[in-house]
Amino acid sequence: MKKSFYHYITIGIVVLYLLIPLLGTFLYSFATSWHKTILPEGLTFKWYIELFGDIRFLESLGRSLILSLGATILTLIIMVPAIFSIILYAPKLEKIVQSLVVMTYAMPGIILAVGLIRAYSTSGVSMVLITIGAYFVGILPYMYQGTRNSLRNINAETLMEAAEILGASRYTAFIKVIVPNIMSGILVSSLLSFSILFGEFVLINLLVGGHFETVQIYLYQKLSQSGHIASAIVVCYFILISILSAVMIKMTRQKKETI
Amino acid sequence: MKRMNGMLLISIIPFIIFVLLFLFVPLFFMLYSSFQENGGTGFTFSQYMEVFRNTYYHQAFKNSMLISFFSSLIAITLAVFAAYSITLFSKKVQDRILVFANLTANFAGIPLAFAFIVILGNSGLFTLLFKHFGWDLLNSFNLYSWSGLVLIYVYFQLPLAVMLIYPVYQGIQAQWKEAAALLGASPSQFWLKIGVPIIMPSIAGTFSILFANAMGAYASAFALTGSAYNLVTIRIGAITTGDIFARPELGSAIATLLGLTMVLALLINEWLTRRIRRDLS
Repeated sequence: MKKSFYHYITIGIVVLYLLIPLLGTFLYSFATSWHKTILPEGLTFKWYIELFGDIRFLESLGRSLILSLGATILTLIIMVPAIFSIILYAPKLEKIVQSLVVMTYAMPGIILAVGLIRAYSTSGVSMVLITIGAYFVGILPYMYQGTRNSLRNINAETLMEAAEILGASRYTAFIKVIVPNIMSGILVSSLLSFSILFGEFVLINLLVGGHFETVQIYLYQKLSQSGHIASAIVVCYFILISILSAVMIKMTRQKKETI
Repeated sequence: MKRMNGMLLISIIPFIIFVLLFLFVPLFFMLYSSFQENGGTGFTFSQYMEVFRNTYYHQAFKNSMLISFFSSLIAITLAVFAAYSITLFSKKVQDRILVFANLTANFAGIPLAFAFIVILGNSGLFTLLFKHFGWDLLNSFNLYSWSGLVLIYVYFQLPLAVMLIYPVYQGIQAQWKEAAALLGASPSQFWLKIGVPIIMPSIAGTFSILFANAMGAYASAFALTGSAYNLVTIRIGAITTGDIFARPELGSAIATLLGLTMVLALLINEWLTRRIRRDLS
């Protein structure tokens, strides 16, 4: 079937709309100066050198990594066994988990932040820890879906029965048989969760603010100071999420091939 | 049978504790404090009364709803046509476009607002370009106004809309088109009488998801002008953490009302998706 020109136009509009801001930022991050001319006056790496030479940026990067990675791993450790048990041993509870997922959709960061401030801001508990707990709620839908689909794909029930008949205890069977088999599927939803948390601004800004500067907060501070450095941060951020997406896609494809 | 309850209990208790501590406790405190006087005492409806009386907050809800409505409408219109065009290309091209949509869906909040400042801000690339050619197209446009914010909202809604609409066309089977053509229907007749009625509930469902998504958005508008836009989420942020004087009770009341709006949008979505399933079975 010959595609008419019209279909190229509709896709073209969408792709250009999504691409132009990215390209503009990319170009700007390499420009020496760009105030009056149509094209940048020169190209340079100095913004990147300056950025990676700034200890404040490196520290904020470290905080972002620890925070996002910590929250993802914590959620992984708590959610995977819980979802596993619920699906295998208490399927009736799954409905409740599903309504929790819907609840989190109706509570975006801004609403959750108000509740958390009211509940914990005077409790003396570090608000950074509270933020990690809030992140648990934020990525719950992705983790639940990832775990459930992986368990379904490997026929967890049959595997558990086989392992137990062979004499493994339930815990051993879970750790040695189920976990290695669902690892790749869970890793995909973990990467997705990580990249969402890495870009998170609302909760960390409202709950903790400038006391715990993450990359997003650092970027927000830089917006008004240096546009070039801010665009270098945005480019680095976009490259990071691209790499994470590439890994996710590759893993999902491999999984499909092995099944 | 006893043994398996042990595993169930051990694994499920931490999960329940986390959900209680970070979902239900904050929800309860928000509802509870929305009925308190300023300073967190007593029981009163005055916070809600203030939201209903004060036209400034009416305006915030109206602005949020308008921008959510229009950004969703623009994004979904583009997505409905583009997603159909995508289905006509080879599987490889389809995958590539979807990967790109998925990638840009993650590009939101502060980085997104900044990218728009770079291309359309006061000394943005396009602003300079148009100035150079002497076009005053941009004289009437200002990124820091509502039209600028709509552009940014459309950006984060568009990839989501494409990803949600794309699978809908898989439901329209090629045989239906052939059958309709054999019976003498023109392509436009097919779409008008068969195609559109089938995809309509999904489009409406997607619309309500996009609407809720935009209603809860905060970071982009905040990055652009701080607290200058009068949006519900911006008001909640400003009132709750306020630099000058915080009124978390009032913030809680507004947040509760915003939450109710989202619940309503999601209920409409569920009702619409249920409708399509019944129709198809």
